[in-house]
Amino acid sequence: MRHIISILMENEAGALSRVAGLFSARGYNIESLCVAPTVDETLSRMTLVTRGDEQIIEQIIKQLNKLIDVVKVQDMADAPHIERELMLIKVQALDNSRNEVYRLAEIFRGQIIDVSESSYTIQMVGPGHKLDAFLNALGAIPVVEIVRSGALGIARGPRGMAVPEA
Amino acid sequence: MELSGGQILVECLKAEGVDVVFGYPGGAVLHIYDALFQQEQVKHVLVRHEQGAVHMADGYARATGKPGVVLVTSGPGATNAVTGIATAHMDSIPLIVITGQVPTTLIGNDAFQEVDNVGITRPCVKHNFLVKDVRDIAITMKKAFYIATTGRPGPVVVDIPKDVTDPRVMIPFDYPASVSLRSYHPTVKGHTGQIRKAIDLIINAERPIIYSGGGVILGGASSQLTRFARLLNYPITNTLMGLGAYPASDRQFLGMLGMHGTYEANMGMHHCDVLIAIGARFDDRVTGNLAKFCPTAKIVHIDIDPASISKNVVVDVPIVGSIKSVLEDMLPLIEEAGGAKQPEALTAWWAQIAQWRDMRCLDFKTNGDVIKPQYVVQKVWEITQGDAYVTSDVGQHQMWAAQYYGFDKPNRWINSGGLGTMGFGLPAALGVKFAYPDEEVVCVTGEGSIQMCIQELSTALQYHLPVKVVSLNNRYLGMVRQWQEFFYSGRYAMSYMEALPDFVKLAESYGHVGMRIEKASDVEGALREAFAMRDRLVFMDFQTDPTENVYPMVPAGAGLNEMILV
Ligand SMILES: Cc1cc2nc3c(=O)[nH]c(=O)nc-3n(C[C@H](O)[C@H](O)[C@H](O)COP(=O)(O)OP(=O)(O)OC[C@H]3O[C@@H](n4cnc5c(N)ncnc54)[C@H](O)[C@@H]3O)c2cc1C
Ligand SMILES: Cc1ncc(C[n+]2csc(CCOP(=O)(O)OP(=O)(O)O)c2C)c(N)n1
Ligand SMILES: [Mg+2]
Repeated sequence: MRHIISILMENEAGALSRVAGLFSARGYNIESLCVAPTVDETLSRMTLVTRGDEQIIEQIIKQLNKLIDVVKVQDMADAPHIERELMLIKVQALDNSRNEVYRLAEIFRGQIIDVSESSYTIQMVGPGHKLDAFLNALGAIPVVEIVRSGALGIARGPRGMAVPEA
Repeated sequence: MELSGGQILVECLKAEGVDVVFGYPGGAVLHIYDALFQQEQVKHVLVRHEQGAVHMADGYARATGKPGVVLVTSGPGATNAVTGIATAHMDSIPLIVITGQVPTTLIGNDAFQEVDNVGITRPCVKHNFLVKDVRDIAITMKKAFYIATTGRPGPVVVDIPKDVTDPRVMIPFDYPASVSLRSYHPTVKGHTGQIRKAIDLIINAERPIIYSGGGVILGGASSQLTRFARLLNYPITNTLMGLGAYPASDRQFLGMLGMHGTYEANMGMHHCDVLIAIGARFDDRVTGNLAKFCPTAKIVHIDIDPASISKNVVVDVPIVGSIKSVLEDMLPLIEEAGGAKQPEALTAWWAQIAQWRDMRCLDFKTNGDVIKPQYVVQKVWEITQGDAYVTSDVGQHQMWAAQYYGFDKPNRWINSGGLGTMGFGLPAALGVKFAYPDEEVVCVTGEGSIQMCIQELSTALQYHLPVKVVSLNNRYLGMVRQWQEFFYSGRYAMSYMEALPDFVKLAESYGHVGMRIEKASDVEGALREAFAMRDRLVFMDFQTDPTENVYPMVPAGAGLNEMILV
């Protein structure tokens, strides 16, 4: 099963390497990993996507919690949530495919953010599977370059992920 | 009062009640050494190799329950310490390891004696810190001690660049009285509902067994464990790390379990209906083949580290908390409930156990005047009245020490279980002796292991640490040879020790007493003579049966009920 795990960590040098090191040392898999500061500048928020059966995911969460710098860990799968990922994709757009690329980008609600004689660069936001679907839809149209942010997740409803009370 | 970084560091150690630091100087820590030199309260033991320093601090910590403290320089000083740090980490031993670092301005420049200490030690510490500002030393040390000694203990590395301890930079010193971390709150008290569920399962058991481990010793809970086992009259087995947590001479004790555990302990595990795991982590040397592990058991597991629970074996009733607190909560509830509820089943279970015991799996054959290693350990037990602190190295001799020295008290059996570090025994013994100069301290070792930290014989002389070294010299890397005999058709690849030194002369050249013992009939006399020399380190080189094996043995991949007995 694919899981999106959100982590609040002390914003200290080396925090990222503790998480990355944990995953490599214990043989867990990381599909994507995304780190950025939060409104509270002493914290950083990490979102990672991993796969494993129930027992492995349970161990991953326990091992993450065990890291001294980790303030809070949340498995997004535990509650309704929204997943989003940003993709920037540069697609070949020559005479015959130009319209087709344009039309597909519209259908998938992408925005064309850069244009050249032979290419379109499209920005697209959505859950990972939607981005994958767009790539599929491009079919034989050549992709020049692709950058994806990795998934981000946030729980539905009024409550936010916060530092637990001591 | 204004102090320099080096002085502040020393003041922090004093505030934490540290009486000794084990270390080795070098460029990056010279300011700290200068501060240490100008006071008397915190003593310093100069080792001969940084690995020895960490093992000494580790032995000190295991015997006293207090954190051990180490000070080493940057680069090679720190890398030499890594084996010791990893050893402590695997066995959850609280240590503070202060490593020197190149000045902050040079970090990342491949400066002289620079290595990334925080990076290198990250996977083998509980936590580590790089202190970049003299104003952060005090709070970091406070956190380091707090983290190392609470929850599941472990080593903490504090990496300090040289400029941070510069004697020309003086700042006011104030040691924080307490510290709290929003990201770290170990659970001490067990969940009441889980405790009730566990008790229900425990008192209704028909074939119960208590499987307890190093956590009982780390948590200082052996008296609670003993009361718990006695109240229920249930059989109990200990892991290698748990020996001494329950008195070995007690009738309810089945001996150690696992790969080299007793027949009765392993059969008891295999056939039990309720397994009560207390401060033990279901290591692969204990479980054998997981698919065959305790096939009929419901499992209760008490552990302070949630990550230990259901890691290797999925358990039915987990309780996260300290053993001391959880058992203190359980005892009155069990009493209220009237104790164990299945007296008849329990009587039958004890009768079954008696039959397994009748196999007398630890009996060994003697062979004329050839020295049997088991016999030496039995005699050491006799002569020290079972009351010595015994450290060991790693190999067959370690297993014989564990099997034949019956430990009745906690903190007396000191060995590297998780990492299995050859070279641990001698320095660990010196650390124990430093803590308890009046106690008998014995290092049981092999001729292979002892050579991995032999240089510490010199430290022993300098600081007058008269331990007794009992070397079971079989002229083999015996544990390796045993596996090659069993599983590689006797192809003894590189397990034979050639060109051994003359250990008697070697001991003498370090200023100690050396003895070589070649006949079984001389063992007892030699031991008595050696132990009578209260203030000398005596190195006893016992020429033991070269091809003796450790039994029982659960071969890799087998279940606990599939032991090789002789
Ligand atoms: C050559 C060799 C052979 C070996 N053969 C065997 C063998 O036959 N049998 C055997 O048992 N071992 C054997 N070992 C040792 C084995 O590798 C493991 O080190 C050992 O089994 C682990 O012991 P443990 O489960 O007690 O855990 P430890 O490593 O002692 O871990 C302690 C556990 O208790 C928990 N804990 C700590 N403090 C507390 C507290 N206050 N409250 C609650 N929980 C706490 C920790 O979280 C952890 O889960 C061998 C090692 C070597 C080198
Ligand atoms: C540092 C280290 N290297 C290698 C090993 C693998 N090993 C485990 S036991 C052993 C043999 C130990 O020989 P010795 O000290 O003579 O003890 P014996 O088994 O003969 O009693 C070896 C090589 C180890 N545990 N530690
Ligand atoms: Mg040997």
